[in-house]
Amino acid sequence: MNGSFFELRDVKKHFRGKPTIAQRILAATGNAPPPPVLKAVDGVDLSLNKGEVLGLVGESGCGKSTLARVATGITKPSGGNVVYEGRPVADLHGKERLNYLLKVQMVFQDPYASLNPRMRVGKIVGEALRVHGLLPKSEIDAAVDRSLTEVGLDLAYRDRYPHQFSGGQRQRIGIARALAVKPEFLVCDEPVSALDVSIQAQVINLFMDIREKHGLTYLFVSHDLGVVRHISDRVAIMYLGRIVEVGSASAIFSTPAHPYSAALIAASPSTARRKRAFQPLKGELPSPLAPPGGCPFHPRCEHAMAKCREVRPILKQIAPGRSAACHLHHSDNT
Amino acid sequence: MNSLKAMPATVGADADTPLRRQVLRRIRSRPTTRGAMILLAILLLLALLAPFIAPQNPHDLGSLSVMDNRLEPGSQGMTGITYWLGTDAQGRDMLSAILYGLRTSLLVGLTSTVGALLIGVFAGLVAAQFGGAVDAAIMRVVDFMLGFPSILIALVLLASIGRGIDKVIVAIILVQWAQYARLMRAAALVERRKEYIEAAVNFGLPTRHIMLAHLLPNSIGSVLVVSTISIAGAITLEATLSFLGVGVPVTQPSLGLLIANGFEFLLSGEYWIAAFPGIALVLLIMSLNLVGERLRRSFNVRGP
Ligand SMILES: Nc1ncnc2c1ncn2[C@@H]1O[C@H](COP(=O)(O)OP(=O)(O)OP(=O)(O)O)[C@@H](O)[C@H]1O
Ligand SMILES: [Mg+2]
Repeated sequence: MNGSFFELRDVKKHFRGKPTIAQRILAATGNAPPPPVLKAVDGVDLSLNKGEVLGLVGESGCGKSTLARVATGITKPSGGNVVYEGRPVADLHGKERLNYLLKVQMVFQDPYASLNPRMRVGKIVGEALRVHGLLPKSEIDAAVDRSLTEVGLDLAYRDRYPHQFSGGQRQRIGIARALAVKPEFLVCDEPVSALDVSIQAQVINLFMDIREKHGLTYLFVSHDLGVVRHISDRVAIMYLGRIVEVGSASAIFSTPAHPYSAALIAASPSTARRKRAFQPLKGELPSPLAPPGGCPFHPRCEHAMAKCREVRPILKQIAPGRSAACHLHHSDNT
Repeated sequence: MNSLKAMPATVGADADTPLRRQVLRRIRSRPTTRGAMILLAILLLLALLAPFIAPQNPHDLGSLSVMDNRLEPGSQGMTGITYWLGTDAQGRDMLSAILYGLRTSLLVGLTSTVGALLIGVFAGLVAAQFGGAVDAAIMRVVDFMLGFPSILIALVLLASIGRGIDKVIVAIILVQWAQYARLMRAAALVERRKEYIEAAVNFGLPTRHIMLAHLLPNSIGSVLVVSTISIAGAITLEATLSFLGVGVPVTQPSLGLLIANGFEFLLSGEYWIAAFPGIALVLLIMSLNLVGERLRRSFNVRGP
């Protein structure tokens, strides 16, 4: 394989707001203002090598969950390509598409909403195996038990309903459900942020154990820079629907190139404040409905120059294995 | 370690939940609701057992004696039978007629509610799942149906297809499915945004499976709760239609038709022919409404 196992190429996800009645009337009379478009993800390029952990960090609302949904095939991108094992997933159909969906699994943020409250745990974990007929009926129970054991759940829990579990246990059920279909790539969308601090470490350790055991690849979304630093090989920093910097975890944490990364890391809360969603920077996150022109970060950037208000910097390599979207690091052109 | 975390406040979200049991206990402990439940149970039992407990088969014209017509409550008939609630113009025992009428009323009410539920739930589920043009089309029909008074739709329909138990049921289904469709759609739209549905999509599960195994069981609760009140509505509608002469056939009179039959004698002092079926109907509707309304409030479901 030449390099990438999984790639996002210029992936976009735009949400079109529903026009109000007034706007619809205007549209009917012909002089319609363009409908508001929310660019939740606006041109993301990322590639992951097999077996690596890529941490994805950014403020609330910058599009991390949307990106995760696009990567796993839960929603279709409005532009660009998701490429799995060298093939754009938009071209996959039938068995091949199912294979991609199963190999690229999501672990959700909310351990309460991510399990069907009316299904017993055993059925939740074995559902895909059963419905797709991936295993003969007689072997499904054993496979479910294997998954449950692997995430550290007692087999006696198989016949219980999700509401009978704690948040941490529910998250384990969610992980068991993903493991049951033998995935290669887990997209974890803030999988521990809803859990008690005391439980977060256990679940993170579980993630690391199963990764080692199965050679999994992770895209690990998190608010928590401490966790990201601890588990990631590489880190991508996201701002208003775009990646502003990507590089090895050690490089980014020691010498962040983009002012936004630097501010995030400088404001990184001590472990005591981990639970709080961070507000590392002066000023509000601009509305994604009306992002600032030029570099979208310029209103909050202390290094902003004239050029930053005019020209949007693209993500460019600034050192081997290291890219940033910032004029400070780009030579004169763009 | 296995702490039983309090579950989220959405009721009807879990099977065998302690909350459901809690609600039922609370309902039973209220005297009014408790009385209504007991009354409802008695009425259901009477309707069910009518053929065994009624002194007479009111549908069997041969067993009636015309000589006994319009007897007062408590009077003795030619054959020695006591008419506790009097007789009507054909000499029919009113008690028996009411027991059988209760049966017909409940049969129509329950069957049409089940039918309307099936159609409404299916339509609402499809609208919520597919959205877009499908949703718009279904909801336009729903809005259209809900825009007219239900009695008007039913009257027009029955006036054109004629009377009959099956036809009344069809008419009530036609009138009532739309409210279930609207409720089901709203509930399913809320569920559809939850992550377990995304997980199902992530597993590539077929749309039909997602609708039936995930969306349906999690969104039908509120619809079922509302349907208990709507049974009363269906029975009222049937009674109205029968009273107006376009409902059930004379050979199988419901409470509404019994009232209509007695109506002409009301002014001549033979009150019992209309009044007793009327009281039975009121008790039935009232008990259904009380129980249904309490259920609705306890489960915190908004009405139709
Ligand atoms: N289905 C949708 N329709 C319209 N807008 C949406 C939709 N999903 C997300 N958005 C918008 O897209 C933007 C990015 O949302 P997203 O959930 O991806 O952010 P996030 O980075 O995951 O935030 P958080 O850290 O709070 O989870 C937000 O402004 C959000 O309101
Ligand atoms: Mg998110």
